[in-house]
Amino acid sequence: MNARYMVSLVTVIVLFLIAWAGTALGLQVLFGIIIPYAALLLFIVGFIYRVMNWSRSAVPFRIPTTGGQHKSLPWFTHAQFDCPATKWQVVVRMALEILTFRSLFRNTRMKLKEGGRLSYQLEIFLWVGALAFHYAFLAVLIRHLRFFTEPVPFFVQLIENIDSFFRVEIIYPVFKFGIPGVFVSGIVLLLAVAYLFLRRIFTPQVRYISLASDYFPLFLIFGIALTGILMRYITKIDVTSAKALTMGLVTFRPTIPEGVGTIFYIHLFFVSVLLAYFPFSKLMHLGGIFLSPTRNLTTDTRTKRHVNPWNYPVPVHTYEEYEDEFRDKMIEVGLPVEKMPEPEPVKEDAPAKDETPAEEEEKE
Amino acid sequence: MSEKKLIILGLIIFVVIVTFPLWYNRGKAAPAPERILTDKAKAAKVCVRSTDYMKAEHMQLLDLWRDSVVRQGTRIYVSPSGKEYNMSLSNRCLDCHSNKAEFCDRCHNYASVRPYCWDCHIDNPKETS
Repeated sequence: MNARYMVSLVTVIVLFLIAWAGTALGLQVLFGIIIPYAALLLFIVGFIYRVMNWSRSAVPFRIPTTGGQHKSLPWFTHAQFDCPATKWQVVVRMALEILTFRSLFRNTRMKLKEGGRLSYQLEIFLWVGALAFHYAFLAVLIRHLRFFTEPVPFFVQLIENIDSFFRVEIIYPVFKFGIPGVFVSGIVLLLAVAYLFLRRIFTPQVRYISLASDYFPLFLIFGIALTGILMRYITKIDVTSAKALTMGLVTFRPTIPEGVGTIFYIHLFFVSVLLAYFPFSKLMHLGGIFLSPTRNLTTDTRTKRHVNPWNYPVPVHTYEEYEDEFRDKMIEVGLPVEKMPEPEPVKEDAPAKDETPAEEEEKE
Repeated sequence: MSEKKLIILGLIIFVVIVTFPLWYNRGKAAPAPERILTDKAKAAKVCVRSTDYMKAEHMQLLDLWRDSVVRQGTRIYVSPSGKEYNMSLSNRCLDCHSNKAEFCDRCHNYASVRPYCWDCHIDNPKETS
């Protein structure tokens, strides 16, 4: 038992009950029109606000994390994408990071083996889970455009065709599954979310650093995926009415059609909560990944001088000026000076000759 | 300063992508297509199951029929109301609903569903006429 995930789980259950009770009370207009609009507005405005806030942060110095050889003398092989020196190399690095999550791939696990030998193992399951989760979510998002566009654009139908490649039909009078065709992405999304949750529960180190704000989105997305899958394969809803509702939203002619089940409103409410929660949460990594200074800066500190942009002129008194001011007094009390005053008419230069080498020795 | 411009450009791209459904439809109304029944269907009044059931679950019923006819050779469907029907897409369903283009296709297109019924059932004589 852990308060952090219990709080999140209870929150999601409460959200489920709110949507369920609201629909039962006949608040379809609230849950089908007002909340989705408000959530979308909050999502867009909040997202822009957060990113604009970040854009005001100062980035005076180069702080990229390097993962390879810095550009150096020509006979050293430069790791172009792990230690990018030019803008284009940064673009490639960022693209690889955003599309393939390279920094997760580099995850290693330290282990003490028998005899006190330390070993590092490649630990790719987080990377695999994250890739599965994000790409499945993207496919699900694109597929859902079929409810928000009329006519449905070709790329949505293309994704649908690829996604429903595997046809699994289990048809018995008591249990039916797989009609309409199974979309792999929904199942993968559900499994990936479950894995990412179990990882937080069962790996002690990860559990230790997991907060309620880490569990909540996982539970919420699990709820979204589960209600979606239930609606498609098990407790069917009238898809045409559902699309009439969503099309009403996006064409600013909101309607509440008949025959849209409670589960649809629960699904819609979960999605609205996710959208509204987005700008306040760690989910902002969607925008934040683009603005990570540890990834998107060039490592050109050896070739370019980066001056702190808010340096202001400071009145300085250099040692040379100090010595010019006090040279006579320094010589008087026998302090070493860097520049001897021009020797005036040479008379007794014997002590001066003795002094000079002694000074140099002292300096060294 | 150029960084700020890049960030704003990125945000504009983000807003354009997120609001895709809002500008793609250009606010054109797209209500659910109306169900158009043939005279024969109107006269029959009831389908093999209730309208609500058929709206949501006809695809599963059709698949059950297919399996039952093709695998078990049973052609008689007994509805919950006790009435018996011949399990056949071409001869039973499309007998009343002979207006496939209006009755089937409009909703399937609206929901972007491409059922494979018509991969085989293309010989429907009522369809060609």
